[in-house]
Amino acid sequence: MKLIQKIGLGVFLVALFIFNSLLFMGSYQLTEQKLKQVTSEQSFGILKQELQPMLGKTYSSSFSFASAFNKYFNAYNTRQQENEQWDRVIWDDYKFAATKAASEGFVKNNRLLLLLLTIGLGTFGALMHILPKYRNEPAGIKHNGVMFSSNKSRGIIGITLGVYLIGIYVMLYWFPEYMVNWTLLVDPLSRMLTGGPASQWFLYGTIYTLAILVMGVRMFRKYRDNKYQLLRTSSVMFFQLSFAFLIPEILVLLNKPWHDFKNIWPLDYTFFFDYRVDSMLSSGSIGLFMFMWGILLIILGVPLLTYFYGKRWYCSWVCGCGGLAETAGDPYRHLSDKSLKAWSIERWMVHSVLVFAVVMTGFTIANYFTGFELLGQWTNNLHEWYGFLIGAAFAGVVGVGFYPLMGNRVWCRFGCPLAAYLGIVQRFKSRFRITTNGGQCISCGNCSTYCEMGIDVRWYAQRGQNIVRASCVGCGVCASVCPRGVLKLENGPEQGRITDIPVLTGNESVKVFS
Amino acid sequence: MKMKEEKLIGEFCIRSKARHVVIIGNGIAGITCARHLRKRDSSSRITIVSGETEHFFSRTALMYIYMGHMKYAHTKPYEDWFWEKNRLSLLHDWVTLIDFEKKELQLKGQELLKYDILVLALGSKPNLFGWPGQELKGVQGLYSYQDLQNMEASTTACERAVVVGGGLIGIEMAEMLLSRHIPVTFLVREQEFWDNVLPVEEAQLVGRHIREHHIDLRLGEELDKIQDDGNGNVNAIVTKAGEEIPCQFVGLTVGVSPNISLVRDTQLEINKGILVNEHFATNIPNVFAIGDCAEYRTPPPLRRSIEQVWYTGRMHGETLAHNLAHEPVPYQPGPWFNSAKFLDIEYQTYGLVTNKWEEPLISFYWEHPDGKKCLRLLFDKNTRQVQGVNAFGIRLRHDFFDKALQNNITVEQVMEQLHKTNFDPEFYDRHYEEILQAFNAKFGTSLRLPVKSKKKSLLALLGFKTHR
Repeated sequence: MKLIQKIGLGVFLVALFIFNSLLFMGSYQLTEQKLKQVTSEQSFGILKQELQPMLGKTYSSSFSFASAFNKYFNAYNTRQQENEQWDRVIWDDYKFAATKAASEGFVKNNRLLLLLLTIGLGTFGALMHILPKYRNEPAGIKHNGVMFSSNKSRGIIGITLGVYLIGIYVMLYWFPEYMVNWTLLVDPLSRMLTGGPASQWFLYGTIYTLAILVMGVRMFRKYRDNKYQLLRTSSVMFFQLSFAFLIPEILVLLNKPWHDFKNIWPLDYTFFFDYRVDSMLSSGSIGLFMFMWGILLIILGVPLLTYFYGKRWYCSWVCGCGGLAETAGDPYRHLSDKSLKAWSIERWMVHSVLVFAVVMTGFTIANYFTGFELLGQWTNNLHEWYGFLIGAAFAGVVGVGFYPLMGNRVWCRFGCPLAAYLGIVQRFKSRFRITTNGGQCISCGNCSTYCEMGIDVRWYAQRGQNIVRASCVGCGVCASVCPRGVLKLENGPEQGRITDIPVLTGNESVKVFS
Repeated sequence: MKMKEEKLIGEFCIRSKARHVVIIGNGIAGITCARHLRKRDSSSRITIVSGETEHFFSRTALMYIYMGHMKYAHTKPYEDWFWEKNRLSLLHDWVTLIDFEKKELQLKGQELLKYDILVLALGSKPNLFGWPGQELKGVQGLYSYQDLQNMEASTTACERAVVVGGGLIGIEMAEMLLSRHIPVTFLVREQEFWDNVLPVEEAQLVGRHIREHHIDLRLGEELDKIQDDGNGNVNAIVTKAGEEIPCQFVGLTVGVSPNISLVRDTQLEINKGILVNEHFATNIPNVFAIGDCAEYRTPPPLRRSIEQVWYTGRMHGETLAHNLAHEPVPYQPGPWFNSAKFLDIEYQTYGLVTNKWEEPLISFYWEHPDGKKCLRLLFDKNTRQVQGVNAFGIRLRHDFFDKALQNNITVEQVMEQLHKTNFDPEFYDRHYEEILQAFNAKFGTSLRLPVKSKKKSLLALLGFKTHR
């Protein structure tokens, strides 16, 4: 590693340290005025009374503040519930907003400086580490030492990172009040884009997008002679920055619903939920377009594009989850399990999630038209459980937190219902395949090792069989790492695409059926 | 007629249902034979003996373990449960003696093993030419898993390494050492890298690329002796020109030869390798030899008598498995093909491209201006029939050339179908036009690629690729 790269890494780690220490900085004090800003009029009247003991009191950490807030807030709600005063229960969640408003002192007063010292410096350090990579080296496969790396090979660094990421996701989904200081940093950016303060989701979107952009640059360095990888990486970077990050926030600025035009049901599992449908249908022609476009993608976009190009058109060129996996997750792609057993678990799991999503959506739509008469409460429970289990725990905590433990596509492989839908089309009605080049395979195993979806590519390649698998996201890395030019992703005629009993090219003595 | 067939089968090998087929060696030849025999014959007992490793791994991937691209487990093409499920018994032991009379094997650590049919797939061993100091610690070849372990141990504190011999294993070893940031001096006897196989332009192309990687490539230099540090370790080599090069590791990669010490001085007829007929039968009934260790008494047309590549090992295994299960067929490989990777540059060859040729053979050579890609076709000046093709930095379609060479394709036909020969990934630069122009300029032809109509291009845009 060159000196400048080491300095870059050091700078990044310093920024990360500062970033984390912000959570423990500053103090928290809620005043009546602040409370009024973040609550509805009706709730304010109640909470002013209920939270009286903590108003004006200074707490030294978000943890103690949030626990005090919860104590008084829950006490009130419990009382109302016990008295069956359902209409007086406060259903809105003010924890995050109140904690954020209460944050005072160092972080709040130095937002711009701290933004630069954390996210800014971190990006700078990461780029300083990444940009000089492979300089003065001929272009080629850059996997030297991957298996010796503590970070990339489930060593102590990898496991620590995994635990850290899991912690971040748990906080993001269930305890966002602990990370209000982080959201303060991106408030100015949020006000610029959307006109409002930053939620934890805005913060998450910002860091997520930055991660894809910075690690996308790493992909540019790593695969600088590989046009397929360069184009594909540019594509995910573009879709994340524009479709997933900027456009939705600008829509909010224009008083339209937040909408990611490339997100497709059932990955976007709330698409048919009543509040989403209502907000789209009440937002004029652009809202109507959102709704129609979303449905067109489901019934036409997915089958047609997958027929022509395979599911890669989405999973490794457009999708945000795929975008992160293909950039920030690239160093961990080899950690996926290639065993037959893992494949069997994968098929059960991912298709079960698809069934879950379809059933849930079916009930949701039925309820929408029947005014919540058909198992209305039960549908709400379904929504909650899906959101908790699949939306948060699986897609978020496991999906990214497990990068350094089980590879970068755990969610895509085992959990994503859209991937399951795309996969069914790809497997049974598509022109896409990975062609095996006759008898040239030497069974080395690079293709299988670096397959992020855990496909045992070599199993097919060494018997001269084309690879047609529902899970293949078409990242093209197998074809890149193959030392003998055996694999080629291509779209072609359906005839001859699937060869159940392949014949290896090269031996004329016998017809060899592998 | 029927009787005659049965007689032939009966003579070829024991056909009893419960016969015990023992295969020595779990490389690609032995394992392929075992797998295909099991597919064709569910009743035989099949045992594979190997002292090298318990399970089959890809020998060609040894370098990637050292380089940290893969772990040993990744190089195993089949999961460990595969063998038991297919009733292929694995015996992890070295065979020390074969008694062809009693039909039994003596093993190093276990009891005698009796066989009905014996398949020898013994592989190769690195050549040594009696250099002084070749037995020192830190001096070795690279063929087996044990060699890899030795290399790992010998290079932990290595400041410079010398690799002797400019072949495929030599350049692999150089690349391996480079991945650990160990400076490498590469002694190659020939005037250009691997020019006993490659025509000079290709040899120079690879040579340039080797130097681009800062390997100290010494062409036309030979090893004289290896020097001792006083404790039995290497500390320098001396070239024939008298130069002393200090080093802590020496890789000897001057080719391999059949690993037949186990069967030397037995009734088994050997020459350089174990002599076999076109069915892989040796002179002893029910004993067969395949893979690197086999030597054809009569080589198939245009082939060498010993073929030591992955693909031929595999085809031997396929063919012998067929012969043990059905009426024997002679070994009849299709057009020759091979591949390798020189650091970052991939190489594929189909048919026969020799390093030198004479009329009526002539050659067409195209090289990309960046000097890292090239294409060569060797063909008959009069009949225009293509004899072979070399490609560096360009992937070619095996099926195309397999059929084309069998159908005596002409060079002009290949030129007009360049787009069908290509196997490069999508979006890579195609060089059909440049290659065709170079061909037309050299041979005064006016060949053209089929013109794509606009309609076709639109279809191509939609994913309907029109070739293939």
